[in-house]
Amino acid sequence: MTEAKLAGSASDRRPTLIDFDTVLESFDPAMGLEVHVELNTATKMFCGCPTGFGAAPNTQVCPTCLGLPGAMPVVNGKAVESAMRIGLALNCEIAEWCRFARKNYFYPDMPKNFQTSQYDEPIAFDGYLDVDVDGETFRIEIERAHMEEDTGKATHVGGTTGRIHGADYSLIDYNRAGIPLIEIVTRPIMGAGEKAPLVAKAYVSALRDLVKALGVSDVRMDQGSMRCDVNLSLAPKGSGALGTRSETKNVNSLRSVERAVRYEMSRHAGILLAGGKVLQETRHFHEDDGSTSPGREKSDAEDYRYFPEPDLVPVAPSREWVEELRGTLPEPPAGRRTRLQAEFGFSDLEMRDVVAAGALDLIAETVEAGTTPQAARKWWMSELARRANDTGVALDEVGVTPAQIVEVQRLIDDKTINDKLARQVFEGLYAGEGTPAEIVAARGLAVVSDDGALTAAVDAAIEAQPAVAEKIRGGNHAAAGALIGAVMKAMGGQANAARVREIIMEKLA
Amino acid sequence: MPELSRGEVRHLADLARIDLSDAELDHLAPQLNVILESVASIQGVAGDDVVPTSHPIPMTNVFREDVVVPCLTPEQALAAAPEREDDKFAVPRILGDEQ
Repeated sequence: MTEAKLAGSASDRRPTLIDFDTVLESFDPAMGLEVHVELNTATKMFCGCPTGFGAAPNTQVCPTCLGLPGAMPVVNGKAVESAMRIGLALNCEIAEWCRFARKNYFYPDMPKNFQTSQYDEPIAFDGYLDVDVDGETFRIEIERAHMEEDTGKATHVGGTTGRIHGADYSLIDYNRAGIPLIEIVTRPIMGAGEKAPLVAKAYVSALRDLVKALGVSDVRMDQGSMRCDVNLSLAPKGSGALGTRSETKNVNSLRSVERAVRYEMSRHAGILLAGGKVLQETRHFHEDDGSTSPGREKSDAEDYRYFPEPDLVPVAPSREWVEELRGTLPEPPAGRRTRLQAEFGFSDLEMRDVVAAGALDLIAETVEAGTTPQAARKWWMSELARRANDTGVALDEVGVTPAQIVEVQRLIDDKTINDKLARQVFEGLYAGEGTPAEIVAARGLAVVSDDGALTAAVDAAIEAQPAVAEKIRGGNHAAAGALIGAVMKAMGGQANAARVREIIMEKLA
Repeated sequence: MPELSRGEVRHLADLARIDLSDAELDHLAPQLNVILESVASIQGVAGDDVVPTSHPIPMTNVFREDVVVPCLTPEQALAAAPEREDDKFAVPRILGDEQ
């Protein structure tokens, strides 16, 4: 056993974590991010089995994805197209000719004993994605984006933790085996310094937005349709070198990406400052405390003996096809955000809140449907955000459409209802009581503008509060608020406040 | 002329999860070298004008429509499984680690 291995295992039992600022005094971090995106094609990469999430075990399998003898794969054209669109959106070159390769390994999550992937001939390469962190732009260079297939899902039975170690046996569901994956690999990201954790998070976030805008994946990190591996190494400050890296697997939320980088920086520094050597190994990330623990050591077992897949012919996209796909690319998300912020007149702070709440697309759709950006923002960020929060669903799942919001706002603008009554209209919408207008009618929510009813209520308020009435007569018009409030209360919030004020002024001023 | 060493054969056997005894190694390593020699004689024939090929037929872009076709039933899929539980394949405790 080597010295390095001993040093590594001792430090793993009780890793010395160095304070983040201290790490930066001595070291420069370098990162490499590998992101797997599961495509949302109807069928798998090499066979016609469906790809739906959550089906009963082993109901979406066939001889090809089970690796049964004699079964032959055929490439899903739509998946190739999606891969190229991702590559183009990442400013990559698209290969004129490339092949699939067999990555050979023995693990029951792949029944064929190899994974069909791409090796030295990726479909897309040499791209970049610019990401913004606190107003500073970092260009993340993309080394490659290649096509491969997902593996089956193993459940480990027995043991105490449900994890691999201590499991008695494992149960495999091959529904996921063969679902198209695109693996996107960055070049080493250097020079981010103290911003490294934020740059990593910003990159994954920007990539997620980009892929979502392309419509080729659900990019749900919580469901595994987007997964991230974080490579990190430290080098002596100013050396420009690359240190030994660790690879933290399956870091599956944006926040976790940031935490994993931060933790590994502190852990590596603890080893290096003590004179030890960092082990090149894969590590597991723990969501609960943000730590990592060793997985398998990179060893000669990781000798995949790649060779070209003999059962598949090369993919050679014509330049016409590539240009046709380039024409289908949506506006880049970052540019679109800048444009929409200018069009909507939102402040930086408002924009940041809107984006963080996942409300930008909804607001854009609502504006498109015919209301002002301010009105759209008001409803999505207050009433509907509260509803989403209370019911524990995403904002786009609260059950109110942009068109309905436009109608509610129209009812407010023509003074049929006010903001307060609008909240009751939304309650009707949540309950599925019909259109906003129908809800206003059915619940009797319309604002009362009828002078007869309002005048009677104003008279009652003046009689009840003679002192206030006297103040208004004396020229203190601000005191009218108390009378308006009394009228609103008496009429269950349904009085036309502006008309009430006019009547009070006609009588007293 | 490439020569496959005994150590390399042992390594390949390990990767293939085949437990070879010393006697088996002694027996197999020379045999594999005979195969390599045969392939090498083909390499000698191929000139610079012959590009390496991984597929016998020179064709590209064979694609399938993204259309679902019927799957096996779980019964069919699991028919040859040595062990099963709850419509899943049961496999021995996995040593090492997930890929």
